[in-house]
This record gives sequence, C-alpha cells and structure tokens, in this order.
Amino acid sequence: MSEKNLVTAIRDSLHDEMARDDRVLLLGEDVGTRGGVFKVSEGFLDEFGEQRVIDTPLAESGIVGVAIGMALHGLIPVAEIEFADFIHPAFDQILSEAARMRYRTNGDWGCPMVIRAPCGGGIHGALYHSQSIEAFYAHIPGIKVVMPSTPADAAGMLRSAIRDPDPVLFLEHKKCYRLIKGDVPEDGFTTPIGSADVKREGSDLTVVAYGYELHRCLEAAARLAAEEGIEAEVVDVRSLAPLDVETILTSVRKTSRAMVVYEDNRTYGAGAEIAATIAEREMFDLDAPIVRVGGPDIPAMPYAAALEHYYMDPEPDHLFVRMLELARF
Amino acid sequence: MSTQVTDATHESLGLTVDDLLSMHRMMLTARLIDEAALRQNRMGRAPFVVPVSGHEGCQIATAWPMRRGVDVWVPYYRDLGVVLVAGMTPEEIFLGIFSKAGDPSSAGRQMPNHWSSRRLAIVSHSSPIATQVPHAAGIAYAMRYRGEDAVVACWFGEGATSEGDWHEGLNFAAIHRAPVVFICENNEYAISVHQDKQMAVKDVASRAEGYGMPGVVVDGSDVFACFSAMKEAHDRARAGEGPTLIECKTYRYLPHTSDDDDKTYRTRAEVEQHRHHDPIDRLVAYMIGRDITDHERIQAAHDEIKGEVEAAITAAWDAPDPDPATATRHVFAEDDG
Repeated sequence: MSEKNLVTAIRDSLHDEMARDDRVLLLGEDVGTRGGVFKVSEGFLDEFGEQRVIDTPLAESGIVGVAIGMALHGLIPVAEIEFADFIHPAFDQILSEAARMRYRTNGDWGCPMVIRAPCGGGIHGALYHSQSIEAFYAHIPGIKVVMPSTPADAAGMLRSAIRDPDPVLFLEHKKCYRLIKGDVPEDGFTTPIGSADVKREGSDLTVVAYGYELHRCLEAAARLAAEEGIEAEVVDVRSLAPLDVETILTSVRKTSRAMVVYEDNRTYGAGAEIAATIAEREMFDLDAPIVRVGGPDIPAMPYAAALEHYYMDPEPDHLFVRMLELARF
Repeated sequence: MSTQVTDATHESLGLTVDDLLSMHRMMLTARLIDEAALRQNRMGRAPFVVPVSGHEGCQIATAWPMRRGVDVWVPYYRDLGVVLVAGMTPEEIFLGIFSKAGDPSSAGRQMPNHWSSRRLAIVSHSSPIATQVPHAAGIAYAMRYRGEDAVVACWFGEGATSEGDWHEGLNFAAIHRAPVVFICENNEYAISVHQDKQMAVKDVASRAEGYGMPGVVVDGSDVFACFSAMKEAHDRARAGEGPTLIECKTYRYLPHTSDDDDKTYRTRAEVEQHRHHDPIDRLVAYMIGRDITDHERIQAAHDEIKGEVEAAITAAWDAPDPDPATATRHVFAEDDG
C-alpha cells in the first residue's frame, strides 16, 4: 500500500500491464520521447522500446483506426488521445468500427483495446481542453466507458480495461490527476468495470456523481454533516457504461432522496439517464423530486477565470445548497 | 504517371496453366454470381445487391499472390472476386445476399457484400468509406511486431482516397514500413461523382510519393499487369521494404448498387465502350491464342459454374433465417462462447 496521486496510479498500472503482457502496447501523440503531456508514459520508451511505445502522427482517427487493426491481429493496444477534446475525429472509428466489430460479425471478431483520454475542466483549459465527452460514447452499445476518479479505482480499473475482451474508453479527469491522492494497494488488484462504489455512507439523501464532481460532492457532504447534521450518501458512478444500476438504486431506496451531479452539459448528459432510471424504478419510494445538477448548456468551458468559475460554480456553494434543499424538501 | 503494360507471358510471371484456368474460373464465378444476384434482386428475393462486373480482373489478379492461411485480406464491398480467392464459396455469398443465419460475414446483420470471416482472415468492414484503411495499417504493424512473415492487402475504390482515414492509414503504414499493399480499384465514379470532381490529379497512385511509398498504375482489365504489380508489392512487403500503392484502372458495368440508376450520370455508349475491354474476354483470348484452352472448354466451364451458382442460390434460399431472439447477442464478448 502506498499513497499516490491519480496520474501516478494510472502510470503504474499501465507500466505493470505492459511489463506483464507483451501484447500490450501504447500509441498516441507525444507518448514516446515526451512521455505523454501528462507524463503518464514517462520512461516507457526507454524501458519498452519504440515498437511498443509509438509516437504517432497528429491523427486521432488514424490512432484509433490503427489500434483497431492491432487489436484484430492479436495485440492489446492502449491508444492515448492527448486531450478528450481531440477525440471527435475518431468518433466514427469508435462508433462504427470498434464498438460494432463484435456485433456485426456475430461474435467472430472482437476489439480488445483501450482508448485513454484526459477529460474535464477546471484547469484553465478553455473550450478545447476542458470537455466532458462521456455522454457521446456511453450512448453507444458495444463500448464500455469508465471514469474512475480515485487513485485506487483508476489503478484497478485500468487493469480491468486492458484485460477486457472489448473496447473500453478510459476517461481520466485532468483536475484529479495531481489533486487527488489516496492509498493504492500494490497487489495487482482489479476493479470491475460496471461497478459503482459508495464512497461515503449516509442515510438522509443519495448523491450520485463521478469525476471531479465526485470529490466536490464529498466535500459538500462533509460540510453538510458538520454544519447541519445531515448525512449524505455519495455514490461514485465510475463506470458509465455499463452502469451499476443496482448500487445506485440500493442507496436511493435507503435515503428516498436522490441527486445526480455531473460536470458535462446538463441536457442529454449522463445525469439524465441516471435520473430517469431512478424515476422508473423508485418513483414511489422517493420523498422528493430527483435533482439533476449539470453544467450549463453553453458550448464548452470558457477560458477567463471568472467565466470558468461560473461554469464550475454557477452560484456560491451550489452543491452544498442544492444538497441541503433536497434534504429539507 | 504511365500505366504499366505487360507483354508478359504467364510463364514469365511464374503463372502456370492451372493458375490461368483457375483465375478464369474465379473471374467467371464472380461475373455469374453478379448477374444472378441482380436477377434475385429484380425477383424481389434480395433487397440489395452490389455489382462487381468489370472489376473481376483486377480483383482476382491482385488477390492471386496472397497466401491463404498466412496473409490477411481487408476488402471493400465490391470485392466479390477478392473474397472468392480468399476462400468464400458461392453458397456463402448467397447466404449473405439472402441475409441468412449461416451468412459467414455477419449472420445477416450487415448488408450484403460486407465480407468477413475470421477463419479465412477476411476482416469485417463497415459502410462508411475508407475506415478499413487504418485497420490494415494496424494489422500490418501487428504482423511485424509478432515476427510473422505475413502481408495485409487492402482494397478500396478511388472514392475512398478522398477520405481522411485513407490518408491516415497510408501515412502510418509508410512511416513504419508496414507489410501492407494498398490496392485502388479506380472505376472513375464515386457512385455518380466522376473522378474529375474527386481529385485534381490523373492518377491516385501519384499520391504515393507524398507518403514515401511506390505508386504503380496498371490496366485493371489486364490480369497479368495486375498480378505482376501485386506480386512485386507483396514481395516488397515481405522483404520489409514497406507498403505499395497499386492503382488499377477499371470500370464497373452496372450501377453502384441495385438502388442506383447509373443512367443519370453516364451514357450507355460510355459503358459499352468499356465492355470492349473486358478482363475475362482478354484472358480467354490469351488462353485460346496460346492453345491453353478452346471455345468449347470455355463454354463448358461457363455452364458448369452457372450450375454451381444456381445450386448455391437454391441451398442459400432454403437455409434458415436468423432467429430474432439472437438480435441482442454479441454486443460484448459472451462468457459461454
């Protein structure tokens, strides 16, 4: 057990999987000589060689398309998209090819591959280095989408993603990279894809969140307990597709109050799916309407500090306030 | 660029008489399947078919140097001739056309002509154009990484060469000198859009220089020229010398698909003119000129293949449809296999 930040936990798991299995290789922009713009693959080129750590041209569709080819021929590629904002040229390769390969061949071919993409805002990244992209991909049957946001979850889920027989989009919130630290066991454990996790137990309301918002919700929940004596249960979604519906509903049945928090634009976001699922299954056990807190419906996070702050916090203490309102409804 | 012409004899290319007869047989099989499939469409038994007629020469000849069980085939939807050489049978073709449960490509999930068979190393492709090109580059990279003496061949039309994926795939393959051969079946039309409106160059192959790979133009109705270019490219790939772009100037005699009306964009006179350069006729003329065969034996082969195609249609038509209960299967890997 040792304390690591999120980016180190990802680096270490990726390193261990590459050391364990020589079918695993890494490709992407700046992953080799530069060691990745976030240093996830620092030192990998020297250790694993340029056949396994491939600096690619600036061509996201090609990166994913080439990785699909590698996966079809016995390798396990980890394709890094430098920023999730740049993944869109590869949308067709992910949607039409990777996610459909198994279905369209009736199970004959499969694409065991991982696409890693640093996402999310709050890091002065502006419109094109801050985006949340999970909803686009969680909508697609045939690809798994995860966003672990603690070092231990990231370490365990990356191992699961690399060992999964199907494509996994592995999202890493940039704000969490160095901010979030935690203990990570060193025993090569895996964390199942498709599992949510109760990060804080409570009996008064359920808050469902993921990514950086999870940590903000945990903070607000701690303050709610200290100042108001209200105990919020905080469920970390961490796997958007498949979604662990039962863990979420079990918590909602216990608290009878549900709030969903996500950084992505509110409309048609993951929170809509989660809120709809709670409503369908637990409507008559609820003591209050479901609360959905998403980002504003503006094209993306603006650059200026005041504007970025507005995106993350449209009103002071908004998560604390919304949780308190729900508890008192 | 100049079109490579061959005065080559089959012996000089290392082709045997058996090769020639088999090539002819494959080409004729593709042609007769094509004609029969269109009839099935007009009879209302096949909602959608994709013609090949006119392309058989370049398809069979570029597929010929490929080694079954070793090399990997990445075709596109017009490549009936390619997948026949790869080992798909006429009955399997019609199982796809009739979207039956036994369709090896997709068990009736994809439209016809979206070929696939892991057993035969034919890689599945989709309908968006040129998406298979980076896959070919990745497979070739994996072959070399794994130390295999194997080659990928990737076929597409000239329309595909306008897509970003085409560029990205060729560029990656060239950087890594990956063992792949890119084969463009240039039939002048992307559905209705003539080459003049697709590119400002005369030859797709001239783009090869921009990627740092050889580009070769061949007459797509000359099976010897196509075979020769492919053999050389295949040898280069195996020798670690990297990819080659081969452009076969060809022509499709029929509409893009059964849903297309090609009279809206080209004259009958133009189509007829191209039919005078038919790849099958050319090979037959060569073989008869060299006393390898005669008209009677050609006719006998025709009748025999026609019978095989009719039997394939009957067997495929009588085969079971997919069970609707299977529609939700194979989204992800299944534990029970």
